[in-house]
Amino acid sequence: MTMKIKFHHIILVILLAATGCKKDNYDAPAQKFSGRLIYNGEAINLEYNQVPFEIYQPGFGKVGPINGTFDQEGNFSTLLFNGNYKFTIPPNQGPFRWKEISAGKRDTLAVTISGAQNMDIEVQPYYMLRNVSITAAAGKVTGVFDIEKIITDADAKNIERVSLYINKTQFVSGADQIAVTDLAGSAILSPNNISMSVDIPAISPTQNYVFARVGIKIDGVEDMIFSPLTKITY
Amino acid sequence: MKKIFLITIVAGLFITESCRKDSDFLDVPPKQVLPTELAFSDPALVLSILGDLYNRTVDFSGLDNGWASFVDFSEAFPSENGSYFFVQRTGWGFGEWSSWDYTYIRDLNLFIQRATAATKLADADKKRFIAEARFLRANYYFELVKRMGGVPLITEPLEYDYSGNVTSLQKPRAKESEIYDFVISEAEAIKGDLPNDVNTKSRATTGAALAMEARAALYAGSIAKYGVTTPQVSLPGNEVGIPSALAAGYYTKALTAAQVIITQTAGSYQLYRVLPDLSDNFAAVFLDKSTVNQEAIFIEDFKANAGKTHGFTTNDQPFSISDEGLDAGRLNPSLNLVEAFEKLDNTYAPIPTKDASGNPIYYTNQLDIFAGRDARLAGTVLLPNGLFKGKRTDVWAGYQLADGSILTSNDAGNLKPLPGTTTPVQVTGKDGVINGQEFRTQTGFYIRKYLDPTVGSGRRGRGSDVAFIRYRYAEVLLNAAEAAFELGQTGIAIGYINQVRARAGLVTPLTAGDLTFDRIVHERRVELAFEGHTLFDMKRWRLAHVVWDGNQMSVTDLVSNIGNARKRNTQPYGLWPYKYYNPGSPNNNKWLFKEVLPSPVTGANRFQLGNYYSQIGNDILSANPLIVKQPNQ
Repeated sequence: MTMKIKFHHIILVILLAATGCKKDNYDAPAQKFSGRLIYNGEAINLEYNQVPFEIYQPGFGKVGPINGTFDQEGNFSTLLFNGNYKFTIPPNQGPFRWKEISAGKRDTLAVTISGAQNMDIEVQPYYMLRNVSITAAAGKVTGVFDIEKIITDADAKNIERVSLYINKTQFVSGADQIAVTDLAGSAILSPNNISMSVDIPAISPTQNYVFARVGIKIDGVEDMIFSPLTKITY
Repeated sequence: MKKIFLITIVAGLFITESCRKDSDFLDVPPKQVLPTELAFSDPALVLSILGDLYNRTVDFSGLDNGWASFVDFSEAFPSENGSYFFVQRTGWGFGEWSSWDYTYIRDLNLFIQRATAATKLADADKKRFIAEARFLRANYYFELVKRMGGVPLITEPLEYDYSGNVTSLQKPRAKESEIYDFVISEAEAIKGDLPNDVNTKSRATTGAALAMEARAALYAGSIAKYGVTTPQVSLPGNEVGIPSALAAGYYTKALTAAQVIITQTAGSYQLYRVLPDLSDNFAAVFLDKSTVNQEAIFIEDFKANAGKTHGFTTNDQPFSISDEGLDAGRLNPSLNLVEAFEKLDNTYAPIPTKDASGNPIYYTNQLDIFAGRDARLAGTVLLPNGLFKGKRTDVWAGYQLADGSILTSNDAGNLKPLPGTTTPVQVTGKDGVINGQEFRTQTGFYIRKYLDPTVGSGRRGRGSDVAFIRYRYAEVLLNAAEAAFELGQTGIAIGYINQVRARAGLVTPLTAGDLTFDRIVHERRVELAFEGHTLFDMKRWRLAHVVWDGNQMSVTDLVSNIGNARKRNTQPYGLWPYKYYNPGSPNNNKWLFKEVLPSPVTGANRFQLGNYYSQIGNDILSANPLIVKQPNQ
């Protein structure tokens, strides 16, 4: 057997290679759909990756959502094709109220994507943290804040606890913290001028700053609502 | 002449062959496949079909689906580089633990249909086979309802008519209570057709059917009772959630079914009390497969050198006593679990590492720190310096020096001289503990439950044939105790729970006044550790989102509130032994212990409300529009 490569073999291979790369796949989705959760223009702060959203595109065979989650500041973003979509948040997710058509059936927002799009999602949280000031002194982080009850109708819920978390990175929540102080909801006598403090533990390697947030755990609601992230240098 | 003869012969052959009817020629019975009538004509053949159905039983934890099925929920730590995700993730996906094997259900339904139609089987055989298949079907529906809530209840093999219209095959989800009712009624229906034999363990018996019934009714009762604490975990059609009015009825059924076993009507089941050392005795419950063991009710059996073995011992044996070189030590029970074992005076106390003023307590022998505890501790967990296959494990994290610093190395073989000396010595244990060193314990503990002391059982080639016990008498007692307690019959409950405790060396009986819900939760945790109950118990009590709340655990969390059912349990801690080096001190060469969070543990378990019932896949939802989605997902 000879190993002589014939010229037309080379042509054939080149032809195959040249045609094989084309058009056998769709382009990846490229239109960026992003936004954030807001209440009266203010961002709703959450724990990252804990509050999911779902985007449905009706009319394409099987029914199934495109899933995503909000980040710590309540932002979301996803890449989509141009087309018509429906946006919703699954039942009992998030520290806010989402309109339901009937029990367990959630309302959806119609979204038309043609090119990059930014859309803020207006929701009504159960509570908001107001006038938050977090400071550090003498090895302690102290947070002073007010709590405003937003939903006061039949859906109103009580506060289970309020927590002040600190962490050495900018992810601050129950799962990402180096120290925490809890205040039971029953111990809150006035919603104004609540003060909490937590000791800063030894951090290795040492750093002269921590990140802090105050979070409210609402009775019967899984996800907490937080104050904006504060970096405290001491 | 010869040619004519040949032609005649050939022509003759053609004619005789071609005269046969087409159907005779074409309809050849298959040689590789047994037709249904033939397969269901001989009990041995039917048993082989049934054997396959038994093998397909779905368990949450099982010895043949690996050590990893035992390691989750902060009850243990995975000492294997590829498996740290267990302790690094912050929770579980909604799809975790889902099961939807309607192929298995169809095969069971077909088996029941064909066995019922069989004409050549003896009546007694036929009855038993059908009852066994119904047992397996009920058992799988029980497994489904535990994970998914109400599922479509299919009890006949469905046939597709190729019409292009599949609506007749699309069934909605039954109510959660209806699936539990089905499991209970099937158990009641078949218990008389199954053998009443304490020595039949790998096939269904009356005892197995009743044990399944008791457990199922108990689960349904507690979902009805405790479901009210999480009203979000329900669906309007009750596909998920059971009305609380049904609780008492289910608890009564659970107690009645368990009492049939306890009164020995279903066979002479009893607690295993054979060996004088109570810890050895508890470990032997899982190892002894002889007729002496009348505690096991229904098991998944294995047989060495016969093709059905598992690698549990290979995966989990102590590193220095391993039969298989570097294969060892993956499943490390956590200190969280070890702390839960109470003292012999029925009180809870943390493992004493420090005295009242915060100074370390020094122990002459490593095992001394665990003295005076529930015998099940040493029967479930292989403690530091514990005995396995005639050898003691060598577990310690380094030398604690007088100046407070620690002398250790990255491997037991890496020797270092002690201060003031020049001879290098071993400064860490051969079996651990070193952060991040796989196959050796990183919590200070090895598993003892199921660990096979037979020679060669730790080799990959031979494997172990220790059985996995699916139902055992001690659990029946605890089920009965819980059902009686929930019905307000505390006196009866206390009698059952004390039997289980006495076997573990807790001979001071609890009084009716001592018995609380937390006691029952605690007793199940320590008795049934690593038997696949943790998740489902926590789910049915609606405690899962409380104990696995996604917050990190501190040492204070770890050592306080022991015995509290709502205690946080999100990260597996370890207890690391150190040797004290301070020549001149009376404590020189004694042991001290520290609670340590192994460094690979970075996540904290968060059980979301959407985890209570596993996700039904989008492929299933879009194939059958009648299926409703799970709540909170």
